[in-house]
Amino acid sequence: MTDFLQLFFSGMATGCIYALAALGFTLLWQASGTINFAQGEFVMLPAFVMVIMLHQGLPLTLAFLLACGVAVLLLGWLFKRGLVDPLFKHGMMPIVVATIGLSIAMRNGVRAGYSSEPQPFPQVFPDVVLNVAGVNVSGSDIGTFVFALCLVLLTQAFLNRTVTGRAMQAVAQNTESAAVLGIDVPRMIFYTFAINAVLAAAAALLVTPTYLAKFDMGESLGTKAFFAAIIGGFNNSRGALLGGLLVGVSENLAAAYISSAYKDAVALVIFMVVILFKPQGLLGRKEERKV
Amino acid sequence: MKKINAWLGLTLLVVLVVAPAYFKNYGIHLFTTWLVFIIATMGLNLTVGYAGQKSLGHAAFFGIGAYTVALFLKAGLGFWLALPTGALLCFVVGLIVGFPALRVQTIYLAFATLGFNTAMWLVMRNEEWLTGGTFGINNIARPSLGDLSLDGNLAYYRFVLAMTVLLAALLWAMLRSPWGKAFTALRDNPIRAESLGVDTRAYTLMSFAVGAAYAGVAGGLYASQVQFIDPALFTVGASIMMYLMVVVGGPGYFLGPILGSAVGVILPEWLRFAQGWYLMVFGSAVVLLMIWLPDGLLSIPDRWRARRQSRRASEQRRVAAHSGGVA
Repeated sequence: MTDFLQLFFSGMATGCIYALAALGFTLLWQASGTINFAQGEFVMLPAFVMVIMLHQGLPLTLAFLLACGVAVLLLGWLFKRGLVDPLFKHGMMPIVVATIGLSIAMRNGVRAGYSSEPQPFPQVFPDVVLNVAGVNVSGSDIGTFVFALCLVLLTQAFLNRTVTGRAMQAVAQNTESAAVLGIDVPRMIFYTFAINAVLAAAAALLVTPTYLAKFDMGESLGTKAFFAAIIGGFNNSRGALLGGLLVGVSENLAAAYISSAYKDAVALVIFMVVILFKPQGLLGRKEERKV
Repeated sequence: MKKINAWLGLTLLVVLVVAPAYFKNYGIHLFTTWLVFIIATMGLNLTVGYAGQKSLGHAAFFGIGAYTVALFLKAGLGFWLALPTGALLCFVVGLIVGFPALRVQTIYLAFATLGFNTAMWLVMRNEEWLTGGTFGINNIARPSLGDLSLDGNLAYYRFVLAMTVLLAALLWAMLRSPWGKAFTALRDNPIRAESLGVDTRAYTLMSFAVGAAYAGVAGGLYASQVQFIDPALFTVGASIMMYLMVVVGGPGYFLGPILGSAVGVILPEWLRFAQGWYLMVFGSAVVLLMIWLPDGLLSIPDRWRARRQSRRASEQRRVAAHSGGVA
């Protein structure tokens, strides 16, 4: 039982990181119909920005803030202006293909331009092991979980409670009506891209101490985030949290109790079951087919 | 335009028959790989370009074909039994993989097929008793055709070329038949196709199965060509690369896969001096291509024609308006 709980908690920590990446993914989808295949690379790039900053002797906090800034500029503004805006009129698949191209370019750009070796990264949270009722939980697991959960809840509160957030949701639900109501649609869409970039930078901060900064670190992270987003419900931002936690926890449990070699198949199995029985995801709404 | 295409195809064929005789071994190897990928992406072009099903798991079928041939040859069963078996196996698995496509579309389907690829890759990597795991399978034999040995690189190249032409002719015939029309109808508007009496379920599954069988043949030919296979060849990344080859060449254009595979197989060799930067340039080029030519390289002539026609039409309108004004 203690083993189970331990695995459960560390799975929650990993799951929260998946949820961060998945949340940004669903936000982009809702606001602009963008499926971002480079989502994993959007986590990888801020990680390397932080690695470079740390090499310059900057403290971690400052490095993180700078990474957020770079992310908003490159992965928010430039990504929207340079790739999504010109492709938007062609529909979904050209954007998908273009983001695939972008992910290949980013991955190999970092590999050729910086290093193909994994880069060490300092611990963000104190390296202690807490014993709660016989269950050992590491400080970094707790820190990761709390930090990521706070960010997800904060994003949701922003979307639901503030005027800007509600305007963003209005744009996501019906762009034309939102424009008629006087909402600055392009600006709201840009905010979504900026939030996605910041969430990706935060995911980078949490994931890199354990998994190290490597040019291809985004590959598995991106795929897990997609699966998490679809499992939870593509058009529902609460779904991203549920999907992320579900994937993180079951992956950890399956690795210990079933087979660690097939750990990566867990997200896939849940995903297949969900799309076969409830294609709109666990918390998603159904979308009608139109001629 | 049809005539130009035919001439292009014929010239290409002559070059493909004659040129490699003057190549060194490496050039022959490269051209054989190109042909193998043409076969595989022809199948993917049917699934993606003609039938409009977003499949990101094509390398898995390629792998199934390759492992079938490798394992059959290891077991002492002949190549001529192995290749059709691999294709048939892929056909059946393709039918099964097509099933999610009946429920979900576009991006969901892309992820379902991507997931299938991951699963197959995990099996190839983990089931060492069958696939040799990460060590792969080596010393895969080359076949012989009757008394004719295909051991030599050039002989094997010519054999693959013959297979490519055969399979291309088969695909061409399939696309000209009512079947082919049903595939494109499925892509352009599934609901309308359904209301016109096209059995969309059967055609969706069929487009997956036939595409998969092509990949299976390609994989089998590839296994015998390189004589060593391991799971690293059949990753999701390889599937994505095949998808990009189809998209870059021009999905739904018959000659698209030839151009696309050249971009994916031959171009990296020419750009070797760029080393690690090559893939970065390739990725950026895909982004730019999507922005300027979302229908692929082969859509350039169509686009010119459309522009010429619209210019001519506006000219005619202007003349008509002018003469109308005078009268």
